[in-house]
Amino acid sequence: MSKQTPNQLAQWKKEWRQGFEREKARILVCAGTGCVANGSLDVYAALKQEVEARGAYVTVDVLLEKEETGVSVVKSGCHGFCEMGPLVRLEPSGILYTKVKAEDAAEIVAALLDGKEPVERLLYRHPVTNEVYAEEEQIPFYHHQQRTALVHCGQIDPEEIREYIADGGYEGLQKVLTTMTPEQVCQEIIASGLRGRGGGGFPTGRKWEFTRIEKSDQKYVVCNGDEGDPGAFMDRSLLEGDPHRILEGMAIAGYAIGANEGYIYVRAEYPLAVQRLKKAVADAEKYGLLGQNILGTDFSFTLKIKEGAGAFVCGEETALLASIEGKRGMPSPKPPFPAQSGLWGKPTLINNVETFANIPQIIVKGADWFSQIGTKNNAGTKTFAITGQVANTGLIEVPLGTTLREVVFEIGGGIRDGKKFKAVQIGGPSGGCLTKEHLDLPLDFDSLQAAGAMIGSGGLVVMDESTCMVEVARFFMNFTQNESCGKCVPCREGTKRMLEILQRAVDGEGQPEDVEILQDLAEAVRDGSLCGLGKTAPNPVLTMLKYFKEEYIAHVVDKKCPAGVCSALKGYWIDPEKCKGCSKCARHCPVNAISGEIKKPYTIDETVCIRCGACVSTCPFKAIKEG
Amino acid sequence: MEQKNTVLIDGQVVEINGEKNILELTRKIGIDIPTFCYHSELSLYGACRMCVVEVEGRGIMASCSTPPTPGMKILTNSPRVQRVRRTVLELLLANHDRECTTCDRNGSCKLQDLSNRFGVKKIRFGERDVKLPLDHSSRSLVRDPNKCILCGDCVRMCSEVQGIGVLDFAGRGSQTVVAPAFNKNLAEVECVNCGQCAAVCPTGAIVVKDETDRAWAALNDPTKTVVVQVAPAVRVALGEEFGLPAGEIVTGKLVAALKRLGFDKVFDTSITADLTVIEETNEFIKRLQSGERLPQFTSCCPGWVKFAEHNGADFLNNLSSCRSPQQMFGSLVKKHWAKDLGKKPDEIFVVSIMPCTAKKYEAALSNMTTEGVADVDLVLTTQELARMIREAGLVFDQLDVESFDTPFGFTTGAGVIFGATGGVAEAVLRAAHEFVTGQPIEQVNFEAVRGFADRKEATVEIDGQEIKVAVVHGLGNAKKLLEEIREGKADYHIIEVMACPGGCIGGAGQPISPDRETKKQRAKGIYNADKLSQLRKAQDNPMVAKFYERWLKEPNSAEAHEALHTTYSNRGRITGEEIQLIAGEQPKVDIAVCVGTCCYLDGSYDTLQKLMKLTETEQVQDRINLHATFCLEQCEKGPVIKVDDEIINAVTPETVEKVFKEKILKKLAAAGE
Repeated sequence: MSKQTPNQLAQWKKEWRQGFEREKARILVCAGTGCVANGSLDVYAALKQEVEARGAYVTVDVLLEKEETGVSVVKSGCHGFCEMGPLVRLEPSGILYTKVKAEDAAEIVAALLDGKEPVERLLYRHPVTNEVYAEEEQIPFYHHQQRTALVHCGQIDPEEIREYIADGGYEGLQKVLTTMTPEQVCQEIIASGLRGRGGGGFPTGRKWEFTRIEKSDQKYVVCNGDEGDPGAFMDRSLLEGDPHRILEGMAIAGYAIGANEGYIYVRAEYPLAVQRLKKAVADAEKYGLLGQNILGTDFSFTLKIKEGAGAFVCGEETALLASIEGKRGMPSPKPPFPAQSGLWGKPTLINNVETFANIPQIIVKGADWFSQIGTKNNAGTKTFAITGQVANTGLIEVPLGTTLREVVFEIGGGIRDGKKFKAVQIGGPSGGCLTKEHLDLPLDFDSLQAAGAMIGSGGLVVMDESTCMVEVARFFMNFTQNESCGKCVPCREGTKRMLEILQRAVDGEGQPEDVEILQDLAEAVRDGSLCGLGKTAPNPVLTMLKYFKEEYIAHVVDKKCPAGVCSALKGYWIDPEKCKGCSKCARHCPVNAISGEIKKPYTIDETVCIRCGACVSTCPFKAIKEG
Repeated sequence: MEQKNTVLIDGQVVEINGEKNILELTRKIGIDIPTFCYHSELSLYGACRMCVVEVEGRGIMASCSTPPTPGMKILTNSPRVQRVRRTVLELLLANHDRECTTCDRNGSCKLQDLSNRFGVKKIRFGERDVKLPLDHSSRSLVRDPNKCILCGDCVRMCSEVQGIGVLDFAGRGSQTVVAPAFNKNLAEVECVNCGQCAAVCPTGAIVVKDETDRAWAALNDPTKTVVVQVAPAVRVALGEEFGLPAGEIVTGKLVAALKRLGFDKVFDTSITADLTVIEETNEFIKRLQSGERLPQFTSCCPGWVKFAEHNGADFLNNLSSCRSPQQMFGSLVKKHWAKDLGKKPDEIFVVSIMPCTAKKYEAALSNMTTEGVADVDLVLTTQELARMIREAGLVFDQLDVESFDTPFGFTTGAGVIFGATGGVAEAVLRAAHEFVTGQPIEQVNFEAVRGFADRKEATVEIDGQEIKVAVVHGLGNAKKLLEEIREGKADYHIIEVMACPGGCIGGAGQPISPDRETKKQRAKGIYNADKLSQLRKAQDNPMVAKFYERWLKEPNSAEAHEALHTTYSNRGRITGEEIQLIAGEQPKVDIAVCVGTCCYLDGSYDTLQKLMKLTETEQVQDRINLHATFCLEQCEKGPVIKVDDEIINAVTPETVEKVFKEKILKKLAAAGE
């Protein structure tokens, strides 16, 4: 492409905006991983075919210079409401159809083109109130959110750079290149109060400034997209839904710290994200927004994509850098920090996907705008992946400081099946659990840390009364043990032994002294581990011991699982009041654990019982109890 | 003012004087913070977490990786610190094979020592759940992964100091192990048997192979004449095993001990070191005159020779063809001296006492034999000899000194200094001048090649020609030098290489000593022994002259070549069974992808990945036997793959699909018909 000028961007924006404005309507089919898995690509094909069959002009590519206005059917990034997918959004009306199937295409197109009422059975219906919502923004799940990082996800075609530009994309980059010094950029980010969205919450601007002041012939910008927490998919959605925003954020960072090379480290298990990133990088290069002399300035910045090999620990920055270098992904002690000696020993700025996603808007709208979102010291919004036993699961974005109650009960729609809220596990295996007494806790870096949990990358698992907290701790410990890199002793051996102790508890082989040993070991592992993975690995255990100690003691002392989850601890007994002595249970018991005299209450020999539960379902009088 | 450049350690004001980390600072004031993975010669690793301290306002920090900053308040022994250390030890012990009494390192094990020091008396956790097989494959070393604490010292020693990288971590979490590539045995990879991994191992996870049983058996076999040779470096280190200071020359007591153990003759390897000097110097002068095969590399060190065979095929012609002094000795004994005694080679049992583990490997080489019998039957390290002395109940300190037997007992200082880095080069320089000019030199000390610098250089004028000498020790330094020569950045005539840092005195068979000071003392002992020698030059050794007269005719003669020289061969880096990546039940086509360095750099790994994907997408996994291989010796045409017997060059990630379709799928189709 010939030499650009900074004005080029404004021209493109104007031109392509007009292209979109000529459209009569757009149908956006969610092509995030969740919806694709549910068949959204078939829906996309069916809608396209239907629109064509109706003779309406269809723009697959709206920017072809055609005179007619038409209806375009495009693929979008993730809307976040994955459990309701495949999702189809209509513009300009903002109508959201949920759980759409290919067969619904005709009806949807008919309603749109013939100006009829929306297809009601495809609209979102609140599971508790039964209320029906037509417009996406009105659905409680969205209504309580403030989507700034995710603003484009589900709204534009992520594979189309022109849509991003038409909506103001790359204006932040243009602004820093033409009107700001690198130092000013760092100061702007510092002033915004943005903190690292990868979980640590370190002030982003300060990190930039540290890297900027290092003297070196070569520096790097690295984007950490090694999202590995079970159930977390914030970074994936951003990379899939709005890849250019990340590229722009990284290029701004490159300018600010004096780097002209960058790496995006993304999980190989995110093939769609990888594919869209590759296309985005290629497109940005094509339009001169990456590469040499960006927008005709002296600034050059190239990006490489590095696919991770599936190690959780590579989300730790020093391990990630080792992995990019082709080494085993193992953390190394800090100092030196990456800002001083990072990738190949050069000063390196490493930020999380979501952190970079926030950058362009901070630059365009200003630090003041950003710092007014959220709370003091916790500016801006944060994305969370909300899963578990809530009515609405999916990807959300709220201002920092939003209470857990709002997230669980307003956005999440409360607990499913009328059960009681018990806890949330926040921050995945590095985080901890919070209880109902924390429901009014503001979700921000500092409050969560004080409560023993952490934001982590933003996984939020909601648990109801039927969840066994010991089993939850065991699950996460099993995860960290498998994902420990094996380098330092406390993490490698300590997680193994914590797992051993927790396994014993759920297997009914716990010992009373385990309570003290587990606490002591967890604290030593927290204190002694080399990297963040090890230091935070005990969090699920420590918070379980802090908030649900009774439940753990019940496992190891009384050999009971109060939630009735741990099968080894399930016991059955016959309520003599209800038992009529019919002997049906005894006949069904596969191990002859039940005995008694006809017409008198029967009893179960616990030493023989294998806890299969066969008796429970056979009893006509509901006399057999668990516990 | 005390804030200026000081820290507070346990309430004591300590000035920072350029110390890199808190650990160094605490050691300076006499606090011995425990470590497993911290070694000043290796890179910072920070994994053992024993060295933690508590820093006010920052919590628990590893002292090895935290630089002291003014005003820091450091506690080295707070309850939190103690808890981390004790927990680390307890966790390590829980996972450790605790058969301490039968362990080689019983008494010299750091884990044992620290556990004792920290009073760990009870292990609250379960036992080690898997018993991994031991690796006995190496001639020199035994690996016991059940005793490994994963401190990574061996890994860094092998890659950073020795430049090889035979060992690395594999697996995750508690399944992590240290192992050679593809979990192969040590004997199947490019291990050079230098044993520096064992020397640095804090526990018994890598130990020198103990062969004292074979020594006892030979000594108790009435049909054998058992002779023993002792390498120069042993005499300055053996004393350490019996409480004597490092570097003390214990030759007389050593000889006495060997005689009391029952060896029929006790000889000195230094005499065949003298012989090496004569042979190698003559060889060098010839090359110098013809200008061919320069620089000449020394060949006394079997670790270096094997390293060159793996990594320096382009330099094998430059190695001196001389066997090492150990093998010259064995060869002379079996080929010639045996006849003097009227014995057959297999009636004489030759034992070597060596500072070296690689010598065990060298003695077992198939071309080091006489009439099919090994020239050297058994190599024992200094450590093993000490064990025999202790077992026999000899009070080493009280032994009366004795002297070596003839004819292999008369030595010069030249042969003795072979034990320290630079010694061979110095001995050759003492001879070269005289051989060329016919004039003996007055100044026999070549200080420039002594000492512990990574590379030592000297330029010596011989008969008007400037001879450039380089000395390196530690194979990492040798590797760098080879690279510079390849790039035309270094130019020497003669180069001495010793695999171990410090030369033979730092061999892995020596008493275990973690610090460099010990090695320095040993080197000092070697040079003292040289200074005390009546004769300082190899060519002055009258017994060596006699060998030529009686057996070898003249230097580099056919007879000398037969007995004293050898040949080298290029060795692949990995041997043994092929590495299966996709194992098919009925493999129809065999594809090997070279993942050697050159091909790897050309992208062979991506080629391999694409091939794996292609076999999947084409659903021919069960018909393709895909494996990685090391070096198909077409390094300039990589990435190279081998399809059955056909070698295909330049199969890049871009062209692999075409090759797959045109060659492999067609082959499969043909095989299917």
